[in-house]
Amino acid sequence: MNWLSELARRLRMLMHRPQFDTDLEEEMRLHLELRQQQQIECGMAPDDARAAAQRGFGNLTSLKEKSHMAWGWEWFEQLVQDIRYGLRMLGKSPGFTAVAVLTLALGIGANTALFSVVNGVLLNPLPYPHPDQVVTMVDWFPGYGESSISYPDFLDWVRLNHTFSSLAAYRRDSFNLTGQGDAEQVTAMDVSDGFFSLLSVSPILGRDFSSAEDQLGGPPAVILSGGFWKTKFGSSPDIIGKALNLDGTDYTVVGVIPENFYFCCSSTGFRLSDVYVTIGASKDPPVRDRRMISTWAVGRMKQGVTLDHARADMDGVARSLGVAYPDTDKDVGIVVTPLEQIMVRDIRPFLLVLLAAVGFVLLIACVNVANLLLARSTGRGREFAIRAALGASQGRVIRQLLTESVLLALAGGTLGLLLASWGTRAALTALPSALPRANDVRLDPRVLLFTLVITLAAGALFGLAPALKTSLPDLHDTLKEGGRGASGARYRTQNIFVVVEMALAVVLLIGAGLTIRTLVGLWSVSPGFDPHNVLSFRVGFPPSISNADASRIRASLRQFTEKIASVSGVSAVSLTTGAKPLDRESGLIFWREDQPKPPNEVSMPYALWYRVGPDYLKVMKIPLLRGRFLTAQDDANSPGVCVIDEDFAQKFFGNEDPIGKRLDFSLVYTQALQIVGIVGHVKQYGLDETANSPIQAQFYMSPWQLPDDQLKTWAVSAAGYVIRTQSSPGAFAGAVRDALREFNSKAVLYQPETMDSVIARSLASHRFAMILLAVFAALALALASVGIYRVISYIASQRAHEIGIRMALGAQRSHVLKIVLGQGARLALLGVVIGLAAATGLTRLMTTILYGVSATDPLTFSAVAIVLTLVALVACYIPARRAMRVDPIVALRYD
Amino acid sequence: MGYEIANSIQRISDDILEVEEGSLYPALQRMLIKGWVTANWGTTAGNRRARYYQLTAAGPKQLTAETSQFERVIGAITRVIEAV
Repeated sequence: MNWLSELARRLRMLMHRPQFDTDLEEEMRLHLELRQQQQIECGMAPDDARAAAQRGFGNLTSLKEKSHMAWGWEWFEQLVQDIRYGLRMLGKSPGFTAVAVLTLALGIGANTALFSVVNGVLLNPLPYPHPDQVVTMVDWFPGYGESSISYPDFLDWVRLNHTFSSLAAYRRDSFNLTGQGDAEQVTAMDVSDGFFSLLSVSPILGRDFSSAEDQLGGPPAVILSGGFWKTKFGSSPDIIGKALNLDGTDYTVVGVIPENFYFCCSSTGFRLSDVYVTIGASKDPPVRDRRMISTWAVGRMKQGVTLDHARADMDGVARSLGVAYPDTDKDVGIVVTPLEQIMVRDIRPFLLVLLAAVGFVLLIACVNVANLLLARSTGRGREFAIRAALGASQGRVIRQLLTESVLLALAGGTLGLLLASWGTRAALTALPSALPRANDVRLDPRVLLFTLVITLAAGALFGLAPALKTSLPDLHDTLKEGGRGASGARYRTQNIFVVVEMALAVVLLIGAGLTIRTLVGLWSVSPGFDPHNVLSFRVGFPPSISNADASRIRASLRQFTEKIASVSGVSAVSLTTGAKPLDRESGLIFWREDQPKPPNEVSMPYALWYRVGPDYLKVMKIPLLRGRFLTAQDDANSPGVCVIDEDFAQKFFGNEDPIGKRLDFSLVYTQALQIVGIVGHVKQYGLDETANSPIQAQFYMSPWQLPDDQLKTWAVSAAGYVIRTQSSPGAFAGAVRDALREFNSKAVLYQPETMDSVIARSLASHRFAMILLAVFAALALALASVGIYRVISYIASQRAHEIGIRMALGAQRSHVLKIVLGQGARLALLGVVIGLAAATGLTRLMTTILYGVSATDPLTFSAVAIVLTLVALVACYIPARRAMRVDPIVALRYD
Repeated sequence: MGYEIANSIQRISDDILEVEEGSLYPALQRMLIKGWVTANWGTTAGNRRARYYQLTAAGPKQLTAETSQFERVIGAITRVIEAV
């Protein structure tokens, strides 16, 4: 503990420095006086005695300093001195300080804002304990890749695995809620009893599901989400034990989970669930069917189990299921992925590109401030020369200058932090759907640390170049009054700054240009249907309809369609209960009846399954290519038919004519269906769908032709409509809702959305990246043009004398203009060329977020080069004009 | 007290070691930092305020260490000189 008490002594000295100095002085004075006394006693004259004493003692001042410095606080005292001095210097030129601080605040603020997003979305662990132990598990089918799983398979996973402390299943659901005011549709999640405890979520009221409730025939129980509890029941604690009527069944409320609980991954989207019920008690037939894959699974690995262990374990489980159930599970793999990875998979590349871009903005800001500092340091040349002449070492002067720049940076950083906290909130409210985990974005200690580090780094970066430049003055020249003339070296630094700035701006502008081209390109991509004037919504049918017999269901579906069609301004209506473009997925396995049946279901091909009404093509404006589409006559009494899309025809029939051929969908239909027509392909997976997207083949069937026992599952549960309207579709939701209610007061319209906004939503990530990149690029352009303007102005003003002489000697004004403009143009062009070269290398890193445009798109590259050169020329033109107007007499008389 | 320390160094060394008296003070600071000595204010015979230095427990220990180190070096030098 020696060093500790030593530190304590040193600190004590630091606290009492003035006292220390006076004590030391008193001590030394006493020493000198006693010595003098002694010499006098030896017979010396008092004056001689003092001189002798002083001689014997040594250099008093330097000894005092040495004693003081022995305590090791010299650096600290100098720092305090530098800070004080620096503050005074900055205060003396408020204009310069304001511009520099603002520039830095923009750069640091943009970086902080983006880093807080990256931090919240990519770096922060999920809000569950030991999040790295939580994984998602999906099936992997040889035919079409990853997919959800069947509930019976899930139960076997629970039974057979050795590496998980718990597994939980969940699937999306929705219920028609009655008995609580107007009937309404609530979003729900069917979960297994271990779901909440796996994610370490405890109910804020009541209890979690019991295992008895998670079984067929178990008591119906429901857990409410905190938000639903608040809005629907005013956070009343009496809710526990009450009954909630969902789809005609009374569920007992057993608990409430915290409002901030959210769980999103893969197909479940970001939408929050209102209520949770047990999956094990579900009476939905597909839940019991090993062939029906509508369930998702998460697992928590046992302590000490690695991902590789878990994967090997689940591979074993998959193999034994393949043996036990060859028909449904042969060759089906299980993919285990950390939950965290799944949640950010799509947004990650966007954020990384943006982070790089915003780093460039900060670099440009730094160069700009360095430039300002350099220009200012010319004015301070004499000050530093005097310091050097008085014995200040170069290191000492550099330290002083760096202290000043770090002070500037800290001021900029503080302001930037404020800008960031405001800007992040603004951006997240403006673009909520672009980001998963948006509620995890905030300024936490890690963000603050990041800001501090980049602030200090920026301060050092933009301070160092001018400091090195200024601290090496030619003493003699600077002190001599007439230290003017062309000092080429100083211009050289500033020229380099201009070139660097231009190059950085080129790279950013090109990045922004490429994302804009991507988005414009995506907007012009046809999704395969016409989204304008189409409204889509879903309908929750009351139990009186969903539990009715087949003929009643068919009649009701028809009557509902007719009712909606009767709303004025609606030109076409179609029921849609299966897959829906850019929204819902639904698929079915099949085989061609004229070919041998595959040995098991796993090896059968799979296609997207659209269950729609006869007017679907009219609503969506999908072209009919051959044959006919489904009609109202295709009902339960007529032979089963289906319509396929062009991709289906191409993939499974090649050059054969598919019309008249029959497809077997034994999972749902007892009879094979005849193909009667071919329609255009629809981009199910978004406008940026490529040939790599999972399932491309599509087929259409009439819900009215579903077998009686399948109607409830495939037509009623997931029912929705699309309507084509004669005017703005958003306005129709109210009228349609009224019409529905008139028809059946317990039917509920929900999730109304125009197809245009569905498409906009699918482009949210691209839009997010484009907007931010455009903002960064604009910032870069502004900073760079201000930078070049300032340098050229400065150089022109320094050359005023020279220009005066030239003009006195008869140079034309246009010639002067050419000289100054030419100087700027040369720098700008050099910067642009370097920038283009750098961009060629760097944009390659952003190919993942581009679509339909190459990373080295010549149009973007040349447009950016031209725009930037023009902007630079304009920026140079202003000082050039000023130089042109120099009055030779004034310029010559000046020095 | 610095003055007395300087005097006694001169006296003991029979005035052979005549260093700048003032350089005692930076040295004293270093010993204070290390905790080998402590300093306390007192009064001189002439009734003046003076700072008196006192060895701590760590002081003699350090002295022994320094002395033995010094003797090893001197011994080595002596042997080198004698060998010439």
